[in-house]
This record gives sequence, C-alpha cells and structure tokens, in this order.
Amino acid sequence: MAELLVRNGFVYDPLNGINGERMDIAVKDGKIVDRLHSGRRTAIDASGMIVMPGGVDIHSHIAGPKVNAGRLLRPEDHFKDVEPKTEKTRSGVGHSIPSTFTTGYRYARMGYTTVMEPAMPPLMARHVHEELNDTPMIDKAAFPLLNDAWLVLEPLSKGNTNDAAAYVAWIMEATKGYAVKMVNPGGLEAWGFGRNVRNIDDVVPHFGVTPREIIQGLCRVNQLLDLPHSIHVHTNNLGKPGNYVTCLETMKCVENQASNDKPVIHVTHCQFSSFKGDDWRTLESGAEEIAKYVNTHSHVTTDIGQVVFANTTTMTADGPFQYIMHQLSHNKWINNDVETETSAGIVPFTYRRSSFVHATQWSIGLELALLIKDPWKIYMSTDHPNAARFTFYPRIITWLMSKVAREKLLKKVSNRAQHKSLLPTIDREYTFYELAVATRAGQSKCLGLKDKGHLGVGADADIAIYNINPEQVDPSKQYKRVRKAFKHAAYTIKDGQIVVKDGQIVKAVEGRTFWVKPKLPDPITEITPRLKEVFEDYYTVQYENYIVPEHHLAHSHPVSPKMEA
Amino acid sequence: MEGKSISPDAFANNSLSEIVKLPAWEGNKQRALGELFEIESDSADKTANLSIHIHGDVSKVRRIGSGMTTGEITVYKDAGFHLGEEMKGGRIHVEGDADSWLGAMMKDGLIEVKGNAGDYVGAAYRGSVKGMRGGAIIIHGKAGNELGHFMRKGLIRVDGGVGQFAGLHMKNGTILIMGDPDGRVGAEMTGGKIIVNGRLNEVLPTFLIDSLRPKVKVNDEELLGPFYVFAGDAAEEGNGKLYVSKTMNTHLKFYEQFL
Repeated sequence: MAELLVRNGFVYDPLNGINGERMDIAVKDGKIVDRLHSGRRTAIDASGMIVMPGGVDIHSHIAGPKVNAGRLLRPEDHFKDVEPKTEKTRSGVGHSIPSTFTTGYRYARMGYTTVMEPAMPPLMARHVHEELNDTPMIDKAAFPLLNDAWLVLEPLSKGNTNDAAAYVAWIMEATKGYAVKMVNPGGLEAWGFGRNVRNIDDVVPHFGVTPREIIQGLCRVNQLLDLPHSIHVHTNNLGKPGNYVTCLETMKCVENQASNDKPVIHVTHCQFSSFKGDDWRTLESGAEEIAKYVNTHSHVTTDIGQVVFANTTTMTADGPFQYIMHQLSHNKWINNDVETETSAGIVPFTYRRSSFVHATQWSIGLELALLIKDPWKIYMSTDHPNAARFTFYPRIITWLMSKVAREKLLKKVSNRAQHKSLLPTIDREYTFYELAVATRAGQSKCLGLKDKGHLGVGADADIAIYNINPEQVDPSKQYKRVRKAFKHAAYTIKDGQIVVKDGQIVKAVEGRTFWVKPKLPDPITEITPRLKEVFEDYYTVQYENYIVPEHHLAHSHPVSPKMEA
Repeated sequence: MEGKSISPDAFANNSLSEIVKLPAWEGNKQRALGELFEIESDSADKTANLSIHIHGDVSKVRRIGSGMTTGEITVYKDAGFHLGEEMKGGRIHVEGDADSWLGAMMKDGLIEVKGNAGDYVGAAYRGSVKGMRGGAIIIHGKAGNELGHFMRKGLIRVDGGVGQFAGLHMKNGTILIMGDPDGRVGAEMTGGKIIVNGRLNEVLPTFLIDSLRPKVKVNDEELLGPFYVFAGDAAEEGNGKLYVSKTMNTHLKFYEQFL
C-alpha cells in the first residue's frame, strides 16, 4: 500500500495531548507510523490547515428497519435532494434520512470516518448489517436493543445477572453487535400492552421488574462481559417536561457500580432528558442540574442531541414517546418493531424558531455542552435524524465555538424562550482542541475504539484535514469561516487513502463493521442449549432467526473485549 | 423531455443565443433547448415579465413553468406532466389539454386550461401534506382523480366533470365542480369548501347534512342554488363543507328529513 505524508498541519490530537502543534503525520499501510523510509510517497501540504483524527459519531441512526421505514414514509423528504451518479459515487437521495450510500458520502465529506448505529432490534440484525454493508466511506457498528427482551427481563426480575449476561453475550455474537443499548428500559415492554412506565421505579407489566433493576442489571452484565463501551442509555420519560429528575436518577442508580473513575453509563441525546417544569407551558431548562451532576461524577458520559431549527424525521425505539410526538404534531406516524422485543416509532417533525418549546430545546442542548466543563464527558451529536440531520454538524460547531453566533440566533427565537435561556450568562467558547475531543477523541475513547480518534503510532490512518488556519482565524468572530471549513473537509483520509479532496469524493471505499465477541467469565455457561429449548417452547421465531453469520458482513472486524485486570 | 428551463424566470436576462443553450434532458441525454425547439424572440425586453408562446405539441414535455414567479406562458396545443408545478406567480394558458400534476403544490399565480386536465390537479407530491397553497386553476374541460389533494388555499374551478376523490385530504381553499364528479368527493377533508353543481351519485357516509342554502359564495361571485350543505369528513373529525346542488341531485332529498 502507498505511503502518505501529511505535512506541516496544525495537529489536534487530544488523546495524545497534541494541541495545535505544527507537525507531520506519516501513514503506511493504512496505519499511522513514526516515520517513512522510502521516498515513494504521496505528500499532502497541510500548512495553514487543521489536522484532526477522522470524526467519530457515537449515536446516529443510519441503518435498520426503522430508518428504512422512515425513508419509505417520507418520499417528500427526498425528491428535492437527489444525488446523481458520478464516476466515483453511486446515486442516491439525501435529506433527513439519506439513502445508505449518500449517508456514507456525506459523512466522509465532513471528515467523519466512524459512525455508530445505536438501535438494532436483535431480530432485525441482518437488515441492519445489509444496510451497513451498503454504507460506504465509514467504519461502523450497531448496538443491539436489549432492555426489553424477555430473556433479559426475566432473569433480572429474579436478580439473576449471570443468566442475563449469557443471553447478552449470545446476542452480541449472534447479531454482530457492539454495545448494550437501552431505550426507555421497561417502557417498551409496557408499550406492547399500550402502556408506558412513569419513572425508574415503576413496575413493568407481567415481569415485576423496574427500570432501575434493568439499568443496574445490564450495567453489571456490561462489566461482567467487559464490553468496550459502557451501557448506552436513552432514559425513561424522554421528551417529557420534568424528566431531568428521571435522568438524574438514572445516572445515580449506577453510581456505586463505577470503579477506577471509569464511565459505566452513557446517557445519550441528553438534551431530550433535561426538561424542567410541570407541563409544556412551564417548560424550563434542566441543563444546570444535569451539568452540576455530570461535573462532579466521573461515571457518566453524555452526548448532546442538539436541536437545529429545520424539518426532520424523528425516529426512536421509544414507541410510547413517538406516539406522543404523533399526537402533538398530528403528523403521520409509523409504529414499528413491536414484535421484535423492542419497539420503534417514526414521526416527521419540524423544529420552529417561533415555538417556545423547540427554542428551549435548542437552548438546552447548547447549555449542556457549555456547562459540562469537561469535553471528555459530553460529545457533539444530533441524535440524527431526531433533533436534526447530521449534515448540520458544522453549524453546531459554530454555536459551540462562538458566543456571537449563538446569540445571533437566540435573538431570532421565541421571546419567552429567549428570556428563560441561560445562554446569555455563558461565556464559554470551545477551542479547536476541545472540539476535537467532543467530535472524535472523546467519542472513540468512550466507545473503546483503540485505533480510532487519535493520530498516535499504530492508530488507523483516518484523518480529517480542514482548511482553516487557527493562527489567523478567530472562531468566535469568524464563525462563518469555521462553518465553511467543517462543512467540506479539505481532505478526508480513510485507512491511509485520500477519499475526499476539497469536499468532493475522489475515491469510494468500503468501511469495516465492528462487533464484539464477548468471553464468558466463570461461572457463566453458554446459553445455546437452554436458548434453543426456550425458542422451541415459547417463541414463534427460532434460535436460528437471530444469527447473522460473519460472512454476511462485508468487512467484518471482531473486537475482543478489553482484558483489563 | 424535461422542460424545467422553459419558464420566464429561466429566460429572463438572457439573450436568444443564451436561451437556446439552456439545458434540457431528453430521456437520459442532456441537450440544449435550441436542439429541440425552434426559438424566436420578438422583443428586446429581457425582464422577467416576459411571455413565452409554445406552438408545438409539448404533451411529452414535463415541468414547463416549474417554480415560475412571474411572466406568462401560453401553450397552443397539449402540455405534459407537472405543468406549472410549484409556481409562485405569473400565468399559464393552455389551449389544448394538460396532463397530470397540473399546478402541483403551486403557491400563487393562475393556470387556465381550455381542454381537459389529468389526475392530481394542484395536488401535493407523494408523502407531502402541502398541496396547493394559493392562486387559481381554471379548467374548462374535465379533470381526473384526486383533484386538489391536500389543498390548503386558493381556488380550483372545473367546468366539466372530475374523477374520483376530488378534494382528498383537503384542508382549506375552494374547489368548484360545475360538472359531475365520479364520487367520493371530499374524502378525509378537514376544512375548506367543495361545491358540486352537477350530479353526485352518492355523498360519503362520513358526511353529515348541515343545512340547505339558497346560494354559495365563491370568492367574490355568488352561485345560485339551492345547495345541500354537508359537513365532514367525520372520519377525520373534519369540518369541511360540501355543497351539492339540490336541483341536480333530487335523489339526495331524503337527507332533508335530518335537517
């Protein structure tokens, strides 16, 4: 493979403590190396440009049955955004739910190289992996939804963590999953009966288990199996006024399971879980309380789930929440996947500046990102496509890096939301270093992806180069330049190959799919024989229906659980 | 053929030699307008407020006048699909027939068709809930199915009959049908006004008789009836008004007992 030298850029590599130093990055055979020996190499002159590791997105719905149902539900989302075929790329459609190929191309054009699909119904794993196989340019992984499977709920209701762990281990390997995803724990099972759970101590119908027990149980399972990522939690009561209490309780309930200051829980799209107030009229930001807790505890990581004012498609595995969205917006609605031991809902939605609630949501997201002091604890995301589509990331970057930019928009939103917003009291502006943490280094560390998110020797040569000079451009004033630079990467390098140049795809590559093959610690035994019996006796689907053979993944990349003492 | 370039907005501020070079897709091949049409210009006026006259048969040309904001287009023979889709202003006249999706999702302006129109007149495109949002479409002949689908504002007037599901999902605005509709008028409508001056075989069972009125107002004009007024569609908890001529629909007399 060719050798590549990225010369003289301002390198931001937080995992190796490099903060804007001018240096060269050498690449050989798809990996970062110390130095190059042969003279036959491609050189990129990155002087006056920022060099960062390729972007990592911890939470973005890019593949799977509900994403596809969303595509089918919304032809009007696509017909104005058509990407014709070119010599390098395939045709597709864009907007809030782009087709798989377009998703890959658009991520790569922004300098992103790794994206996580955070909601895979185990029974639909084949579908997810087929779509991931067709998503080019980026490495990816999928998180199976585990919180409301019968074989998790039943053992946990009896306090039997080991049986739950055996099942989780089997699901990870069978469905080629990467992390334990929990959505409205307990609520999805209740939704199967048209109900929901009200708080983390509400009892799940027929199982007698509470969301608290599910979260704590799966957190222990996660530790038992030594999975690379912590549990990835979409909290109960998401999107309801007053839910910041639930969010805090969720974080607190695994507080004493933490060891060595290592995060044990990732609370995803935290903005949707930080609402204060009794109803929509009295809605307020709970960002201060959440930030206060996160600032003083090291077992939690979060991502923002930033709202951008635009039309988008909301889709979560939280069936009951999506039903509320449908009732609020009167928009069309799909109720999906209830038969797969999880659930899903899809509702098109427009976030409006003039709406008090939407503007408050927008403000909450930024408040969280700015009030949580440590960028290693809160990452940039939009919960694509729920709060906004991922192509809005450059705009969010400007709000994080420039007080002027966010105040300019704040003046245009609902008056009532303006008065309640905490943003005018916050002066903090992200530096490029902090931005590199929030958009790549932090996310890859949290995910346990050892070869991603940094530019140290041995890392995958996924590099993003942005045409902006940190010595000449003041991001807090010249935020438009920042937005332009991050919208179209000057270069994106994937596994040592230049795939994007000046925001255009110059080479189409396929990415890997990461998955975890957990090792069962003593005394947990293989669940297969028991499982086959359970399926035969009680299920309409069989054991074999779940299994995705490894050859089904175009570029399978199994990860062994971290073996730490 | 894709005729998006044929609009006063595209022609404005261009000389004839530039207009003939405007892009036009014929099947999967990109061509220039000048290769497919003989184009003449009789005025030096290059402002947007110009008028375009199309003399040939353009029944296979789609999207003429797409998104136009001003000026005028006259088609002397038949016109193809999507004529005047999303237009925001100006006028379009068709001496012959127009095909389906005439004035789809239009926002303002006027379209007048001397002949017949196809399906989905002033309709919303697939998946969208924003149908016609203003302006007027006047059809002197007949129109096809799902006329005014998801209509939100404006006026559609058809002198002849219409196909099934006129005013489907209609939210607001006015549809005036002088001829005979094929049935299922106003299905799932939640607001707005549909007036049927011809014979309607059956009113949907989800419409409830509201009153009997001597006349109805259509914009500034008055249409003499009398009319049965129905409210619906109850299946959508809607409050749309369906006016049906009493004289043409004696078979609906039994509704009077519920008044």
